[in-house]
Amino acid sequence: MTQDSGMLKHTLRRLLGLLPTLLMLITVTFFMMRMAPGGPFDSEKLLPAEIEANLNAKYHLDEPLLRQYFRYMGQIAVLDFGPSFQYKDWSVNELIAQSYPVSLTVGGLAMLLAFVLGTTLGIAAALRQNTRVDYSLMGIAMLGISVPNFVIAPILILLLAVYAGWLPAGGWDWGIASMVLPVVTLALPVTAYIARLTRGSMIEVLHSNFIRTARAKGLPESVVIRRHALKPAILPVISFMGPATAGLISGSVVIERIFSLPGLGSYFVTGALNRDYTLVMGVVIFYGVLIILLNFLVDLIYAWLNPKIRYDEKY
Amino acid sequence: MTKSTDSPVIDPFEAALGVHADKGRSPWEDAWHRLLKNRAAVYSAFIMGTIILLVLLGPLVVSWESDFTDWDFTSSPPSFSSGHWLGTDAVGRDILVRTLEGGRISLLVGLVATLVSLIIGVGYGAIAGYFGGTADRIMMRIVDIIYALPFLFFVILLMMVFERNIVLIFVAIGAVNWLDMARIVRGQTLSIKNMEFVEAARSCGVAPWGIIQRHIIPNLMGVVIVYVTLTIPQIILVESFLSFLGLGVQEPMSSWGALVSDGAQDMESAPWTLIVPAVFLTVTLYCFNYIGDGLRDALDPKDRL
Repeated sequence: MTQDSGMLKHTLRRLLGLLPTLLMLITVTFFMMRMAPGGPFDSEKLLPAEIEANLNAKYHLDEPLLRQYFRYMGQIAVLDFGPSFQYKDWSVNELIAQSYPVSLTVGGLAMLLAFVLGTTLGIAAALRQNTRVDYSLMGIAMLGISVPNFVIAPILILLLAVYAGWLPAGGWDWGIASMVLPVVTLALPVTAYIARLTRGSMIEVLHSNFIRTARAKGLPESVVIRRHALKPAILPVISFMGPATAGLISGSVVIERIFSLPGLGSYFVTGALNRDYTLVMGVVIFYGVLIILLNFLVDLIYAWLNPKIRYDEKY
Repeated sequence: MTKSTDSPVIDPFEAALGVHADKGRSPWEDAWHRLLKNRAAVYSAFIMGTIILLVLLGPLVVSWESDFTDWDFTSSPPSFSSGHWLGTDAVGRDILVRTLEGGRISLLVGLVATLVSLIIGVGYGAIAGYFGGTADRIMMRIVDIIYALPFLFFVILLMMVFERNIVLIFVAIGAVNWLDMARIVRGQTLSIKNMEFVEAARSCGVAPWGIIQRHIIPNLMGVVIVYVTLTIPQIILVESFLSFLGLGVQEPMSSWGALVSDGAQDMESAPWTLIVPAVFLTVTLYCFNYIGDGLRDALDPKDRL
């Protein structure tokens, strides 16, 4: 069997393997939301019983749970997340469509920044292993991991927005200035992880035999690093991209709240606090699918980059 | 060949190590010595110990009650003359006492939730690894599936389901955090179960459950200790994250996350309300991470470079 058809088969099998994950995501989300005490129409003002019954009937909340579940599954199958309970005139699809570009922009830029900065710093530290540069870079990286972004964000706002007045303290107008602080704070922890990861794998690669061979051939160090060491050293970072995305998404929930960005995360939190079932489920499923697909993509890229993985063998 | 204690010949290796081999040193002692050489880890352990003592004993010493509102000093900056050493918040509550008492909750959540994840993870991983075959495949497939789910969102959903009960916060966070532990333990079990001493036990007729308890789990301890130290800060972070969003512990109880959240509200007029709990939280996370790193280097020599 050729490499290509093996790869295709592997891809298809992996794609099929995503289905149970997807099913589980929707099922768990659905039943957890419905187990939650209190309903979406509980407010300070007590609704008359008839009105509440009418509302429940309108949203099919009076049906047996299993029936609601299958109804929801049917809706999801045609990508309809239903109407939002709290934002009366909006469907969840509209809310998601309107807010995801903001989240995607911030998240994508943060990922890019984290990848470029993280690998650069990691390699710089690895090449100067056990020197002062290495120690201070790794110390900063540890700080990046340990300081939560909801601590960094207010401090940066205080310093750069309130005291210095260089950047806006929050809000979103698609301008660069309004992006800087959210992107940087979101990227920091991921950058730190990637830097540590790159350093570790780079050091390991630099100790391996093929690098010794390359050096013995008389190649200049810069060529050894770029041509031979870089790719294998980056591989663990590639496989980290899946979890990193999940981390960025949960981080974005906080970031969007702090910087009052009109993104998916802020809708999720408001929805969770207001028991807006359909909105919360819509956002969880949207993000879940995004994470699942990205993990899948990362796997493919990893397999494509890694010469040790071959699909023509039976495994 | 045995070496007598009065042997004049000293192994150059022993001399280099400065110990007598005939006294013998267990792997645990070796690890301990490696750990003590790691200055960052030792300092972190020291600072961590101080913070734990402060959090436990501090509220008994400081004369303010955490829910006492001192109307003469609302949003007052840190000063010795007012008696509020680290200032007060917008309603005149002493920041120091609130931070220390919040620390109790944060650390407690970290410990208890880690324990929950430890028990589930070690049990699950050891069983999957030891029995192998179909059971292992199915069990690890389940872990893979759950792994791909947006875990934090599930904690938030669990918080809604459980009505923010403090005990259930522990369980909820622990219950979604056992996946890494299960994976690591399973991998380790796979390599341990084929070792001679396990085979010896099996040939003596020890039941599988006995082998897991008596022979596998004790040999997992090194990895587990490392991982526990790294899980505690993660969980403290998750709890403070939830509290920051208003989904964690509720007033009058507090945690570092909740205090940071409060502090961020009035940081422009009273920055100390943000800085004090933020420093405690950050230093704690920093120390745990360094101790975990040090333990990993000490207990897992093959990872050392």
